[in-house]
Amino acid sequence: MTTKLFGEPVQRREDRRLITGQGRYLDDLGQGALAAAFVRSPHAHARIRDIDVSAALDVDGLVAIYTWEDLPERVRDPLPLLIPHPALTHGRTAYPLARDVVRHVGEPVVMVVARDRYLAEDAAGLIEVGYEFLKPVVGIEEAANGVHLVHEDVPGNVGAHLVQEVPSAQGLGAREAIDAAPHVLSFRLDFERSASMPLEGRGVYARWDADDASLRVYSSTQTSTSVRMAIAAKLALPLPSVEVIAPDVGGGFGVKIVHPWPEEVLVPWAAMLLGREVKWTEDRREHFISSAHERGQVQHVRVGFDGEGRVLGLDVTILHDHGAYTPYGIIVPIITATQLLGPYRIGAYRVEFSSIYTNTVQVTPYRGAGRPQGVFCMERTMDRIAAHLGLDRTAVRAANFIQPGEFPYDQGLIFQDGRPLIYDSGDYPESLRMLKELIGWDGFPAMKAEAAERGRRLGIGIGCYVEGTGVGPYEGGHVQVTSDGRVHVSTGLTSQGQGHETVFAQIAATELGVPLEKVSVVTGDTRRFGYAVGTFASRAAVMSGNAIALACRKVRDKALRIAAEALEADPRDLEIEDGVVRVAGHPGASIPLATVAVLSNPLRYAFDEEAQRATQFSGAASMDRPPVQEGEEPGLEGRDYYSPIRSTFASGMHAAIVETDPDTAEIHILRYAVVHDCGRLINPMIVEGQIHGGVAQGVGGALYERMVYDAHGQLLNASFMDFLMPYATEVPFIETAHLETPSPLNPLGIKGAGEAGVIPVSAVIASAIEDAEGITIERMPISPSELHELRSRTASP
Amino acid sequence: MAETLHEISLTVNGVVREVKVPGRRLLSDCLRHELGLTGTHVGCEHGVCGCCTVLLDGDPVRSCLTFAVSVDGHEITTVEGLSGPDGSLSPVQRAFSECHALQCGFCTPGFLCTVTALLRDNPTPADDEVVEGISGNLCRCTGYQNIVKAVHRAAELMGDEA
Repeated sequence: MTTKLFGEPVQRREDRRLITGQGRYLDDLGQGALAAAFVRSPHAHARIRDIDVSAALDVDGLVAIYTWEDLPERVRDPLPLLIPHPALTHGRTAYPLARDVVRHVGEPVVMVVARDRYLAEDAAGLIEVGYEFLKPVVGIEEAANGVHLVHEDVPGNVGAHLVQEVPSAQGLGAREAIDAAPHVLSFRLDFERSASMPLEGRGVYARWDADDASLRVYSSTQTSTSVRMAIAAKLALPLPSVEVIAPDVGGGFGVKIVHPWPEEVLVPWAAMLLGREVKWTEDRREHFISSAHERGQVQHVRVGFDGEGRVLGLDVTILHDHGAYTPYGIIVPIITATQLLGPYRIGAYRVEFSSIYTNTVQVTPYRGAGRPQGVFCMERTMDRIAAHLGLDRTAVRAANFIQPGEFPYDQGLIFQDGRPLIYDSGDYPESLRMLKELIGWDGFPAMKAEAAERGRRLGIGIGCYVEGTGVGPYEGGHVQVTSDGRVHVSTGLTSQGQGHETVFAQIAATELGVPLEKVSVVTGDTRRFGYAVGTFASRAAVMSGNAIALACRKVRDKALRIAAEALEADPRDLEIEDGVVRVAGHPGASIPLATVAVLSNPLRYAFDEEAQRATQFSGAASMDRPPVQEGEEPGLEGRDYYSPIRSTFASGMHAAIVETDPDTAEIHILRYAVVHDCGRLINPMIVEGQIHGGVAQGVGGALYERMVYDAHGQLLNASFMDFLMPYATEVPFIETAHLETPSPLNPLGIKGAGEAGVIPVSAVIASAIEDAEGITIERMPISPSELHELRSRTASP
Repeated sequence: MAETLHEISLTVNGVVREVKVPGRRLLSDCLRHELGLTGTHVGCEHGVCGCCTVLLDGDPVRSCLTFAVSVDGHEITTVEGLSGPDGSLSPVQRAFSECHALQCGFCTPGFLCTVTALLRDNPTPADDEVVEGISGNLCRCTGYQNIVKAVHRAAELMGDEA
């Protein structure tokens, strides 16, 4: 490797179009398309009695109105349950348009298509739907009581129930280990709902080409390949006749991995039926009430430990609210249950969860995906142990750490990919040392005392996590060098702002020895690459990064074979630098990669001067063998896949210093420090950006964001006026340090970084507020009024 | 019944544009769909996120809270109008890229317009003035740290060029 771009803070290649207004987001496309709008249920739980569309029929520009009754077979069937699991005994998914019963406010009931969105909404507003009210089931514990049911055929509202148990080395179960432990604590920890909330909502735009009998769909999705397969199946089209493209996507954070959404089936179907282009762009209220939320869990913890704070047994029972439907299975509680253990070696562990239906928006992964809840559980537990024993909180953590010499470390559980939860590498004691130094942990008591003298109330908090990243099953990469010397890279997974065009180009440029500006990258376009899984679980860099590197190595090998022949050299003596293959140590003996690309494709016809070199009378070919040798293909291109044996485990530790106002109970984050280990960094600038953004979302989740449902199942804060996302004024300056323990599992030694920032923030802030106030914090987020109430309760129990 | 259309004239990025719109057409929709200037984005349609911010006679406004007919005869600058006629990037645009102040890019046009006006009025803002200046725009990707950095960097670039 002569062109070193891997590891450099290279400027992003996607920026130019995005800062000049030339980005192409979903609603920027299809300017002449018909617009779809949806009549959505205003009730959380009701039976549909009748639908009267007559008043809407006179609306100027109306094209079509569809209810469930109008949908053909397949299209009308319930949406797929994407991730089945044996424990999900009562999985239920929605119909694309409600059939008989609506189960949350926002469920689509009628689809309207009109000349533009204003007119479509005019018509939607005139459609009368008669409802017979059913009892709404809201709140995890109310739902778990099972008095009223969300689905008539799901007893107790329990969709899934799963127990995982790992005995101690001595063979004790967690409950026995706890009973035998010198110290035992039990408590309850609550976590509220939030949501991904990308600034661009979802959207679908479909073009049916009747002459060609083919369908092109653009969707603001995190997985275009899987949307394509779902659409082909639903519309009974041959897969090669359907293409799906994720254009520029204005943020995803998890919500856009779910698919096919009702609109992803209905919009293409309507486009085919009408023979017209149709587009639907989600508005903000729709996003709040009809996309997906995450995080709501009630968790009961029982822990037994020794005098050093070592955990001998841990027993966690989780109630998970998955909303009205389970299209994404039970991935979120599985991740909580398995990632809860963090960087610790726990004596014996038992975790049990029940995944419960409520008449609310469905729950699917949001950045962090169950980990913030799990880390909150574990880190609150560590703080409780420290408080009980009168030990420093970092000392208790250190006493439980898995040591650097213990990798690979098997936690004895089954992870979200169905594979063993085995940590590949890490150095947790070093992370803690770096974090304590960065935040000034040991000097904090003096700082706190000094502030107290001036009437100020400060607290310090800490949170540690381990994150399984880069889950399989696979991703692929295709790399083609064309005769102009350009390198075209494609991979099937999608981008939502992570800078894939830049980091994948860095990888390709480094592997092939070409200048960065010669490389272009396409993601999420099934016309270019049809096999992929998607972008989620901090997997894009690990999965597609390695796949592209492997594809580049194939191309490089081929280039060296061809060049060796042309230069009459041994391929082992060749190197590629700046797009030129040369014999090491002999600067004169060289051939541009562009020429190698020409020679790689034996030609009959010369389409330009350069191409003449590959034609039959050029004298370049050997007469002893066919122009394309056995085992070779024409063209300087290669395709390869990366399919890991299991996930790779990134880790990190955060600390914060907060100040709470003694009078108003306002909470200010004075300092926020992050030590992060995602293995080798491809582009440190981009990794830092991912961490900043994650922490900001974590701060939102810790102090501001929650989905407020009333007892009727109405989401009371379904707007940006009322759902408080942090502005620049709410996010602290984030100090970062990196540790790099490479992953032994993949060729590039990398681990994922996308979700890391958000994971421990609620745990950290709770820890810091508790330290400042001396009041136990058991639920997050926490607002000033809640802190005030806690103070009052503690003062007068 | 077909809607009544109003003929209005807007000077957008220095070019006079005549357009017929219904009275209820939002300026954001008019820019995006009538004039094809899709760089202005719509993130909430209730005036909170700031993605749709454009400059109206030089001042930042929410184009999703403005009716197109209400700005008849006025001058509007959108993100497409921030670069020079030769395509050269403005200092604010350059600084955003240099400081990695954007990820998905959806909120970015609103920030660029806001910051362009901010630095015109206050060429050397202090840190708290920068934070205050961008506190009407939401970004879900960056955590704002690099946006703050970019505003300072843009001020520096503008100072160098002045």
